[in-house]
Amino acid sequence: MTVGLVIVSHSAKLAQGVAELTAQMAPDVTIRPAGGMSDGTLGTDFDLVLTALEQADTGQGAVLLYDLGSARMIADLVVESHSDPLHAVVVDAPVVEGAVAAAVAAQGGADLAGVARAAGERPPEFGAEKPKTEGEGVDLVLRNEVGLHARPAALLVRTIASLKADVTVYHDGQRADARSVLALMGLSARGGDTIKVVADGPDAAEALRRIGKLVEINFEE
Amino acid sequence: MATVVAAHRDELVDLDRMIGDGDHGENLKRGFDAVVSALDSSEVDTPANVLKLVAKTLISKVGGASGPLLGTAFLRAASGLDEVDGASVAAALRAALDGVVARGKAEVGDKTMVDALQPAVEAAEAVKDKSVAEVLAAAAAAAETGAESTIPLVARKGRASYLGERSAGHLDPGARSTSLLLRSLADSAAAS
Repeated sequence: MTVGLVIVSHSAKLAQGVAELTAQMAPDVTIRPAGGMSDGTLGTDFDLVLTALEQADTGQGAVLLYDLGSARMIADLVVESHSDPLHAVVVDAPVVEGAVAAAVAAQGGADLAGVARAAGERPPEFGAEKPKTEGEGVDLVLRNEVGLHARPAALLVRTIASLKADVTVYHDGQRADARSVLALMGLSARGGDTIKVVADGPDAAEALRRIGKLVEINFEE
Repeated sequence: MATVVAAHRDELVDLDRMIGDGDHGENLKRGFDAVVSALDSSEVDTPANVLKLVAKTLISKVGGASGPLLGTAFLRAASGLDEVDGASVAAALRAALDGVVARGKAEVGDKTMVDALQPAVEAAEAVKDKSVAEVLAAAAAAAETGAESTIPLVARKGRASYLGERSAGHLDPGARSTSLLLRSLADSAAAS
């Protein structure tokens, strides 16, 4: 069982699309779209969102993401009406990026606070931080076409989720926490680029081995 | 109230089309039509329970921001309304305003329903020792003035805020519907 997700949108199609995209990266997470009104018009439907939340919360809680203005109010009202309000969190984040980041964190076993944090975090500003060197490092050449795009980045995060190691990925003068899908995507590392992976902690060697393996098999593409 | 909303549906749609997405009148009509059938088919007795049913129905049926905002307003009003006299009606209006502000994070001058509701609450509190009809009449008159005051404003909350400067020069639909609802309440109280 993992933390679940609810996608609250004014549009049923938009909510379904986000849920579909997100589910591809987090097959074991319960992701419920809650878009549009029950009569098919645009809007956010309280009862629909409440039902989606009850389904998404399988015991570990659920995170709600929303598209625009009033969807936030409905989401807040639904959380207040949930059987256990402490089991649900509304996150203020871009709905697509936030959902992907949240789902990958949930897939990796993060708790409710961890999933909410993952959803709300922002990718680093371009070139904002200088590389730092610590721990063991390895250079890897990305041979898959899209590089560290959404799905490969999600796979990378998942492959080290259970390990005790601080892992940082460097590319072109930027660095990213290897536990953040959005940060990894923010590196804009494409096919043919070289990334440097540095790991520190008890499982550092295993983290480097797993990431090396993942790059070697082209992220299962 | 439902009759008033139905009668003004087209006006609200037109106002909303100027600065929003044109669905405010339709949304409110759907909401209050549903309120009428919900009240007809239930046996709620106390004023507080009537307000709670209205709140739940509006939250479920309206769809846009007005649903949760009006729903919260009716819900909060219900919690303070044990008996119906001028003071408790004024207190219920205050509770409604606090709920709307907490939910929507808007304040006076943002070109929203708060521009009608806040002066209405202040006017109601100023005459709270008088009858229910007089309290509501004061609230309705202040809400109408408040709604008019939104015309020159630039929207800072809600859909109209995306328009920026272009939202100036139009009456805010949410402020207008709030003043209509209060006027309808005042008329019913005066007639009973």
